[in-house]
Amino acid sequence: MIVERPKLTIWDRLYMPQILKGMWITLKHIPMKRFTRQYPEETPPLPKRYRGVPTLVRDPEQRVKCVACQLCEFVCPPRAITVIPGFRAETGPDAKVEKEPSDFIIDMARCIYCGLCEEACPEEAIFLKKDYAMASYTREQMKLHKEKLLELGGIHEDRICKWKKK
Amino acid sequence: MWTDPAILEWIFILVKIIVIFGLVLSIVPYTVLAERRICAWIQDRVGPNRVGFQGLLQPIADALKLMLKEDMLSNHVHKVVFTLAPALVFMPSLMVLAVIPWGSAIGPMTCVLSDMNAGMLFALAVASFSVYGIALAGWASNSKYPFLGGMRSAAQMISYEVCLGLSLVPLFMQTGSLNLSAIVEYQTQHGWLMLYHPVACFIFITSLFAECNRTPFDLPEAEQELVSGYNIEYSSLKFGLFFLGEYANMLVASALVTTLFLGGWSLPFAPFNAPATVIWVGLAHVGIFVAKVCAMLFLFIWVRWTVPRFRYDQLMALGWKVFFPLALVNIVVVAVIMACRANL
Ligand code: SF4
Ligand code: SF4
Repeated sequence: MIVERPKLTIWDRLYMPQILKGMWITLKHIPMKRFTRQYPEETPPLPKRYRGVPTLVRDPEQRVKCVACQLCEFVCPPRAITVIPGFRAETGPDAKVEKEPSDFIIDMARCIYCGLCEEACPEEAIFLKKDYAMASYTREQMKLHKEKLLELGGIHEDRICKWKKK
Repeated sequence: MWTDPAILEWIFILVKIIVIFGLVLSIVPYTVLAERRICAWIQDRVGPNRVGFQGLLQPIADALKLMLKEDMLSNHVHKVVFTLAPALVFMPSLMVLAVIPWGSAIGPMTCVLSDMNAGMLFALAVASFSVYGIALAGWASNSKYPFLGGMRSAAQMISYEVCLGLSLVPLFMQTGSLNLSAIVEYQTQHGWLMLYHPVACFIFITSLFAECNRTPFDLPEAEQELVSGYNIEYSSLKFGLFFLGEYANMLVASALVTTLFLGGWSLPFAPFNAPATVIWVGLAHVGIFVAKVCAMLFLFIWVRWTVPRFRYDQLMALGWKVFFPLALVNIVVVAVIMACRANL
């Protein structure tokens, strides 16, 4: 295709009028509304299904929902999860429940927030929350352990409450 | 002893040197800040506003950062010239400020460091020195992008230097003096020279943009094609000096325009249209001068964030085919008008 070059009038070719016009435009922008988001004070609105930090949850009766099946550990693409299986208390509300992780480590320096762990979990024990500012100063601090994960996760209000009926 | 004129003279010179240094070293870093803020505003952003109130301490943070950077010196550079170049860029601008009257008089002290008779010639001669710094930096870096930047800078400065000088000739014909103080005083009596010589003013300001390597003529730096031109190999304080030098050049250019075309320290009404006899008017004159310089600096920044860069051949064509003849014709026209008015 041949592009027709517009024929420039002498006014266009003088160049200066157009520069002055441009300068008027930039001047008009000086008092205009700014689009910057002042980050730490103003946070961006997150979409409903935003995937942030993966966390462990408890059921409404304070049981740790995770049963240390290690499916999430296997499915995790960057191998961010390490589950160390352990035993539950023989008495109390935990008596009938299967295993429990004695430690559960997610390395946030490796996690890619893909959400596969949440999908794979047969017990609905791991959920991705909306927090995203998980930076730390050392690699060790980037590893989130069980207590921290449970704290971030909180209580999951599920309707089934599987262990109550066993 | 204090009233001894010779000693008083020395004290005045010291005071003036301190004032000029103070003005440069305080205005230049804040020009950088103003550049960043105004650029941000023009692009609907906020700009640096975190360090201090509205970012007012940002220049100090920047300077500290530059000072703490590692000073790299690669093996292939020409060490002596490489080290000398940044200073060569910064020095001429300080030297030009010596002949610019930044006020009329404060008490018995005249506000110009050196009241030279050929002040304008001195300014033009010294200002063109800064091209040495850039060309030498490009050459001493011994790698291709700095070299291209240095070459472009030399070619550009030589071309526009011609227009710069020629555009001022009508001014000298009218005022009959090369002394900058005399030119300002002429303007206090006859009105600003910008009104008599709009064409000269236009050519002068545009050539100054080229002299200061500012957009639309920032080809020596041209981030997109030469990475950042002549200063690629520089780091730490040496880079800082280039950076400072660029803005100091801008400041000098603004001061020159103010002095030559915008009436220097004067305003066209009493009591600001005559050399000061009382101290507060003298101080006000300094303030007026600084305000005009700041307005010019704003123009520099404003144009930079409006106009895109010229292509190299367009730059040369504009310099030699448009401004050069235009400046010559301007001289002839002014000469004819002056001759007619003298004879009629
Ligand atoms: S979100 Fe993805 S990467 Fe992160 S822990 Fe879960 S499975 Fe691993
Ligand atoms: S979080 Fe879910 S998938 Fe992972 S070990 Fe626990 S129960 Fe298994």
